[in-house]
Amino acid sequence: MRNIKNFEALWWGLFSAGGVVAAFLVPIHIILSGLGAPLGWLEDSPQVYQLWPVRLYLFVLIALPLFHCAHRIYHTLPEIGLKVISKPLAVLCYGGSLVGTLVTVWVVASL
Amino acid sequence: MSEETITLNVTRFRPGQDSEPVLQSYTIPYRKDWVVLDALNHIKDWVDQTLSYRWSCRMGVCGSCGMMVNGEPKLTCSAFLREYYPNPVTVEPLVNFPVMRDLVVDMSDFMDKLKSVKPWLIREEEKPVSEGEYLQSPAQLGVYKQFSLCINCMLCYAACPVYGLEPDFIGPAALALAHRYNEDSRDQGKEQRREVIASNEGTWDCTFVGECSVVCPKHVDPAAAIQRLKVDNTKSWIKSLLLPKGGRA
Amino acid sequence: MINRPDKAKLYYPHMPATWWLRKRSYFMFMLREFTSVFIAIYLVVFLISLYRLGQSEAAYAAFVDGLRSPGWLAFHWVALLFAIYHSVTWFLSSAVVLSLRLGTWEAPRWLVAGAHIGGWLVVSVAILILYTVL
Ligand code: SF4
Ligand code: FES
Repeated sequence: MRNIKNFEALWWGLFSAGGVVAAFLVPIHIILSGLGAPLGWLEDSPQVYQLWPVRLYLFVLIALPLFHCAHRIYHTLPEIGLKVISKPLAVLCYGGSLVGTLVTVWVVASL
Repeated sequence: MSEETITLNVTRFRPGQDSEPVLQSYTIPYRKDWVVLDALNHIKDWVDQTLSYRWSCRMGVCGSCGMMVNGEPKLTCSAFLREYYPNPVTVEPLVNFPVMRDLVVDMSDFMDKLKSVKPWLIREEEKPVSEGEYLQSPAQLGVYKQFSLCINCMLCYAACPVYGLEPDFIGPAALALAHRYNEDSRDQGKEQRREVIASNEGTWDCTFVGECSVVCPKHVDPAAAIQRLKVDNTKSWIKSLLLPKGGRA
Repeated sequence: MINRPDKAKLYYPHMPATWWLRKRSYFMFMLREFTSVFIAIYLVVFLISLYRLGQSEAAYAAFVDGLRSPGWLAFHWVALLFAIYHSVTWFLSSAVVLSLRLGTWEAPRWLVAGAHIGGWLVVSVAILILYTVL
């Protein structure tokens, strides 16, 4: 059971899953919500976000890539000279993505 | 007719004499069929006998002549002067390693790491010789063959910023070697290697910069090996959560 | 036998924090890692817009109106470029990690990467269509 204490496997697994989700889904969503909606490229129909299957989808779309980003930032900043803050950075990144996940659950549930 | 020449800026470090490495310039005849190692040999034979460096086979097989050539890790027996001529060529010891003298680096750390991954066939129980050899199909060989071609030249360590920043990182060649044995159909030692491989200094320190695979003269592709080890570690971790016995199948 | 030289006589090189500026490939690696910062910020902004939508349609409309500012538009354009860079590098990396074998044949990496990129385009168009028809 020694692997159980190996949290790195968990973080890396979430990093990878989030990386896949981000790679496939994030660009089109930036086009839709970050550019299309404010610029009026197409009729903005945010009510689709309230459909239940879509809410589940939104949870996956947001929560998993948060872990991906947290893991990357945590591993990259120490590589550019910030090794001393490695410990607090871990708390900040992984803690932040855990909090972000809970917030996402709450937001999509109360849509 | 004046002879064509080329300038080599070569790192000198004489322990006890230099406090840090310095570059020394040598201008020598240029021959377009010479490699950097030939130029160093010319310097050693005709110009400056005190220059120290390692080499042996002169054909890209022994892995002892790795150095930084104009900032890139190269086998100097395979790097032709004509790729750089007429510009000067800078030859330095492999980066990320402690320097012993001139172009010679200390490789004891690398040797320890190679050993730490138990790079040999491990059997739960050896079968008696009378039962014959362990057979392997071409498809089974194909799975790991690429990872078995390493010549221990350490170019990948010189290319790896993670190793430069974190000297405890086991590093590309040793992890590729671990993967080579893990993937060998005759081997049963994966779980024994996991302790080292799944540690922070094992695969998890790697951020997949990928330069190890770019510089490898034998196309071993350590970067691929390390990512596959990560996948395997993650799978085994999930299994250990789901199965009561730790899923050590 | 491993030869262990006297450590006191060795010169230990030091890696500067700017190592990633010294080589193009290192720089591209750093760019790839920093896609995560832009993706994270985008996700948080998107999450806030959903939170506003949960409050009321008017609150959502006001939030989207705020995204019309040049600063936010510039951010989203840059974030889009970074996100695309993440996608492309991720698919190329996936092709390195995945080893699809059939006997002695291994699927070439360009094929695996190409299949991912094709799938990505199909998925993107599908989301676009679903968003407009639903
Ligand atoms: S993996 Fe390649 S670069 Fe690294 S030591 Fe082996 S042959 Fe050299
Ligand atoms: S001298 Fe043997 S590899 Fe270069």
